[in-house]
Amino acid sequence: MSRGWPLWEVFVRSRRGLSHTHVGSLHAPDAEMALRNARDVYTRRQEGVSLWVVPSAEIVASDPGEREAFFDPADDKVYRHPTFYDVPEGVEHL
Amino acid sequence: MPHVYGNDFGAPERAPELTDEAFAALLADDGRVEPRDPMPEGYRRTLVRQIAQHAHSEIIGMQPEGNWISRAPSLRRKAILMAKVQDEAGHGLYLYAAAETLGVDRADLLDQLHTGRQKYSSIFNYPTLSWADVGAIGWLVDGAAIVNQVPLCRCSYGPYARAMVRVCKEESFHQRQGFEILHTLSHGTPAQKAMAQDAVDRYWWPSLMMFGPPDDDSPNSAQSMAWGIKRFSNDDLRQRFVDMTVPQAEVLGLTLPDPEIRWNEERGHYDFGTVDFTELFEVIKGNGPCNRDRMAHRVAAHEDGAWVREAADAYAAKQVARTEGAA
Ligand SMILES: [Fe+2]
Ligand SMILES: [Fe+2]
Repeated sequence: MSRGWPLWEVFVRSRRGLSHTHVGSLHAPDAEMALRNARDVYTRRQEGVSLWVVPSAEIVASDPGEREAFFDPADDKVYRHPTFYDVPEGVEHL
Repeated sequence: MPHVYGNDFGAPERAPELTDEAFAALLADDGRVEPRDPMPEGYRRTLVRQIAQHAHSEIIGMQPEGNWISRAPSLRRKAILMAKVQDEAGHGLYLYAAAETLGVDRADLLDQLHTGRQKYSSIFNYPTLSWADVGAIGWLVDGAAIVNQVPLCRCSYGPYARAMVRVCKEESFHQRQGFEILHTLSHGTPAQKAMAQDAVDRYWWPSLMMFGPPDDDSPNSAQSMAWGIKRFSNDDLRQRFVDMTVPQAEVLGLTLPDPEIRWNEERGHYDFGTVDFTELFEVIKGNGPCNRDRMAHRVAAHEDGAWVREAADAYAAKQVARTEGAA
């Protein structure tokens, strides 16, 4: 694989009540260094109250080449959205 | 069906190739390209070159200002300058990570910088002779960088655009602190004001060169525009910078060293003199005042840091061995 340290993905929770969000990646020799580097690279301005680092190689992702086939089941189910339904004039709180 | 691919930010495999026609359709559709999408090889190569060059500029750019950290005139200025230089290191890291999503290795990119096969912005080959230069760099060099970088936040390549959003958020303090340094000097003693004027005199033209050659001499611009990497031409961005900067110079009470600067009512822009691009090409060729110093310093820093990288590797290996032994 790559020369040097493995790659880690960095996720930041910007404040309590919100999910961790992917912010970028970095190289580090181990998890502890990855966390410290993530703090210095991605939270220099109090952008976070919690950090996750995940080895990039551990992430399993859907194949962009098969995007259409993979997400196809949702394509013809517009009735899952409230806007699909006709609501008679004057009906409120529905 | 789902398969492992590292991540969005460091695809170990290269994205499959795509014809220009199919790519144009994809751009028209989504407007954004993500790491694992198919893309034309030329698009990928152009992005690698541009993002790497941008990353190199960020880290080489730490040197001219780093030169003044130990001599900053107050603790306040020193803390600010350290924060700025540290930001530039961060910008370099965001950008190397974005380049790696295109299937290249950061270590290889650094090799290419160290052996001169990849370039960095020629502005960093000028020396910082006085404290006022730190102000001029913040105001003019970071100012020009902002004008170049803001449109890149909408660039067609997702990871590059996202890196630019972070960078742009951080840049605005860089420009302001530079302006503040110059404002303080230009409202100080006559000697301080003269120092500020001298710095602006030396940095004005090189800052205008940061936008690259004029449009009729910029062969790759049209392709980059078609690919959605570039949004505005070099000359348009240069004009935007001049329009932005002239009124600020008035507030500073400093003179921009160009007698041809004049408001043009008809165009709705400031006219300005012709940039001497032969100087730019000389600096790019390696004949600027500081090219050799910058590279020597960069290579030495990399080599001097080797033991730290090795120690971290050894420590990580020992930790792994220990956990495996305990299991
Ligand atoms: Fe920067
Ligand atoms: Fe900056």
